[in-house]
Amino acid sequence: MTAPSQDNIRATLNTLVAPFNQKAIALKPETTFATDLELDSLTVMDLVAAIEDEFDIILPLNRLPDLETIDQVAAEVTTILAKQDS
Amino acid sequence: MPDLFDKFDGIIAEKAAILESGSHDPFKVTMDQVLSETEAMIDGRKTILVGTYNYMGMTFHPDVMQAGREALQASGTGTTGSRVLNGTYSSHVAVEEALKDFYDAEHAIVFSTGYLANLGLCSTLTGKGDYIIIDADSHASIYDGCAMGNADIVRFRHNSPEDLEKRLKRLPADAGKLVVLEGVYSMLGDKAPLKDLVAVAKAHDAMVLVDEAHSMGFIGPNGRGVTEAEGLEDQVDFIIGTFSKSVGTVGGFAVSNHPRFEVLRLVCRPYMFTASLPPSVVASAEKSIRLLMHAGNRRAHLWENSKRLHAGLRELGFTLATPQAQSAILAVIMPDQDTTVKMWNALLVRGIYVNMARPPATPIGTFLLRLSLCASHTAEQVDQILETFEAAARDIALALPAAQAAE
Repeated sequence: MTAPSQDNIRATLNTLVAPFNQKAIALKPETTFATDLELDSLTVMDLVAAIEDEFDIILPLNRLPDLETIDQVAAEVTTILAKQDS
Repeated sequence: MPDLFDKFDGIIAEKAAILESGSHDPFKVTMDQVLSETEAMIDGRKTILVGTYNYMGMTFHPDVMQAGREALQASGTGTTGSRVLNGTYSSHVAVEEALKDFYDAEHAIVFSTGYLANLGLCSTLTGKGDYIIIDADSHASIYDGCAMGNADIVRFRHNSPEDLEKRLKRLPADAGKLVVLEGVYSMLGDKAPLKDLVAVAKAHDAMVLVDEAHSMGFIGPNGRGVTEAEGLEDQVDFIIGTFSKSVGTVGGFAVSNHPRFEVLRLVCRPYMFTASLPPSVVASAEKSIRLLMHAGNRRAHLWENSKRLHAGLRELGFTLATPQAQSAILAVIMPDQDTTVKMWNALLVRGIYVNMARPPATPIGTFLLRLSLCASHTAEQVDQILETFEAAARDIALALPAAQAAE
């Protein structure tokens, strides 16, 4: 199976983030979870679970401090999928 | 100069709003005088305590108090040192022996608090390249222990063996894994489906740690917790517990049959880099633990109290987090923060102290009034709690749905 491109991953992430986007702001690659979307830590962890199930991966919670934007998560998911592929 | 306190402005404003509403400060209740395991003077009012962890009512037991007095007299007020240096007295060894007897386990290590026991085990057992897999509703001490360690942290849906399995399947087969569970979860008072969760963990070659803080003394044939009640003692690798609940003092512990368990005393920082417990505290704990091995009457009465209060609250129309009493904790689910504070305050003014709990301590969006029973509560006190809940709901014009029959 070929891993999806980072653009495709970002599009999927936007879909997953949508239910958490209470203020209905426009989602951009640089949109941040804590500041722009105002997600608290518990909500972020639920979003992580949704991302894990969508891509069938593990995204350890200890990586979260480095993943502030949608694009950073997309890059991380891309890396994890590439590792699984190899 | 940036003020480092700016980030707390939100919480400062939220607290100010609670006080402006005329409520007592829910986070600053002072017990001016403690009358017994179940009563204290608060604001000059005799108050029934329904929000302590004094499940087995041991805090005023004459033998437990006497053991503490004797140790205080014999060994002084404190050890002024770490367990690994000058802080291990014969009383610390004796309480560890009592724990080994209580749990029928090979090893027991006592920490200075339950928080430190979880911090120590979670941060030390797993390291870089290992995985620590935790329930979403885990206690803060478990989350903090994970954050302090170097393992990859994986979270599964609360009490869901299916979700745990889904996540374990995604992990490398040869990686070290520790699944962390709790026998009873303290916010909702719900019991874990431990048999299913442990079976899944073992099928994926994970070690299992169970925190039995909220079950010691009254769940399982010998009061060892949900692990014992479900016949899992030979499959659970580590049990964490505390002295600050059923035992009635303060302190934490871990017990295990792992042959190399004792090495933790040399590698576990929350064990090594803090002062050991005062001798009076551990002497009281030892006495209390030995008494809890034969406390059938207290246990039976605690369960009666919990079941009776659960049924009574449902009959009044309150919504409870569990369909029946699963532990000594009952959580009344409230609609929002404002109503929760008002009801909490109305109860306190009428002489009933319960805990108010809100996110992030509770699951998302859940506001609770949390009640915990004590084996020393009398049937009359339970009746009084119920009458006061009814009256307080009237005070704040809380609409209660029609009474629900017990399930």
